[in-house]
Amino acid sequence: MAVKVRIPTPLQKLTDGKDEVEGEPGTVISLINNLDKRFPGIGERISEGGKIRRFINIYLNDEDIRFLQNEGTEVKDDDEVSIVPAIAGG
Amino acid sequence: MGYVKDLKCRECGREYPVAPVYVCEFCFGPLEVVYDYKSIKKVLTRKVIERREKNLWRYKELLPIDGEPLVGLNSGYTPLLKADNLAKEFGVKELYIKDDTVTHPTLSFKDRVVAIALTKAREFGFDTVACASTGNLAHSVSAQGAKAGFKRFIFIPATLEASKIVASLIYEPNLIAVNGNYDDVNRLCSEIANKYRWAFVNINIRPFYAEGSKTHGFEIIEQLGWKAPDNVIIPCASGSLLTKIWKSFKEFKEIGIIKELSTKVFASQATGCSPISTAIKQGTDVIRPVKPDTIAKSLAIGNPADGYYATQVVNETGGWGEDVSDQEIIDGIKLLARAEGIFAETAGGVTVAVTKKLIESGKIGRDETTVICVTGNGLKTQEALNGQTISPYYIKPNIGSFEEVLQKIRRGGK
Repeated sequence: MAVKVRIPTPLQKLTDGKDEVEGEPGTVISLINNLDKRFPGIGERISEGGKIRRFINIYLNDEDIRFLQNEGTEVKDDDEVSIVPAIAGG
Repeated sequence: MGYVKDLKCRECGREYPVAPVYVCEFCFGPLEVVYDYKSIKKVLTRKVIERREKNLWRYKELLPIDGEPLVGLNSGYTPLLKADNLAKEFGVKELYIKDDTVTHPTLSFKDRVVAIALTKAREFGFDTVACASTGNLAHSVSAQGAKAGFKRFIFIPATLEASKIVASLIYEPNLIAVNGNYDDVNRLCSEIANKYRWAFVNINIRPFYAEGSKTHGFEIIEQLGWKAPDNVIIPCASGSLLTKIWKSFKEFKEIGIIKELSTKVFASQATGCSPISTAIKQGTDVIRPVKPDTIAKSLAIGNPADGYYATQVVNETGGWGEDVSDQEIIDGIKLLARAEGIFAETAGGVTVAVTKKLIESGKIGRDETTVICVTGNGLKTQEALNGQTISPYYIKPNIGSFEEVLQKIRRGGK
């Protein structure tokens, strides 16, 4: 049991090419900080000063965390977290 | 050869060579095309432009291609219409409609961006093009991709208006209708774009694609007699069009085509999806995403990628952001049709209704020159007007029946 974390292409260099890794339950920000211990450098790419960077969207089970509790959103075992760069409209 | 120097991250300034990449590998900021303006200044003048064919490629030095244009050879150069009737209705001196309801070939400004995106996709050697779309982009990629001989994957929200779906299907792309809203479709596509080597026009081709919007702005300046307007009213979905129109104005100043630039840029949205105008009104650059609920589906992006930059442009130019209700949008569409003979889609209703509000609130002066951007054709969103138009007069096939109705009409003063 663990949290499933989907990694976008630009960050896969840091995860040995894996597009999905396992994370630990807790808040979104602690999940990212813990990922940084296993994949050094990933933390500062996703967040800055405890905040998710402006052009990154994080989804918990398909819901944008800005509709939940932002960085403080609780993530449980078996949840799915997607890290997705913001993209333009059509 | 083209005049593109490289791509540059708008956030952290890191530079990248020209390639189908769209975000900064370090901070995920969007990448922006950087041009060699010094060289462009030497070759691109009013005279050179005026001699060229009347399509969007007449500004090709300021577009991010290396070779000759391949797609969209009849797109752009839509009318800039002096809207005297509407000006009278609003009580202002000078009002213009930049009328992209008649853009070739699919009747929205998306034909501009797709012309650039597909030319670039071919230069990069892709054989498949794709997009996530609220409708207009789907039509343009389907149509222009068919003509150019690309395989096409088009992703749309399944809830789109039926007529918008038919207008893609007729070009026989692979149309994927996703059970979700536009933001869901966009997110799915960004994951698909990670996995398949396709040219997603609004994802990995985005830095080039978005540049096409500048042609809407170049044309406004050229058609006003080589001057920038006092105000420009732009519809906002992702916010990209607004930032690019402003970029086009600045580029014309940069290369000396215009001397003066003091245009105020106004962002317009539907109240049911107004993350950008809300941020402007609240004086913040933090865009809070929303769940869209409006008839203006072509503007229904709750999580606008360029929202932050759109607010910056509005603030920098002394403009403002405003939004209008669904009823005001319908009234705007009807007013534009009645006054100027233009049938706009819902986004056009938004810009017309927002202009009215901005004039009434004094944000736009009555003796200034204002351009309203109308970016798509009303024939595409007729469902939005169900029960909102006047009715026909039903008669029997004889002259008596007609004259009975005629009397009624004349009593009504028409």
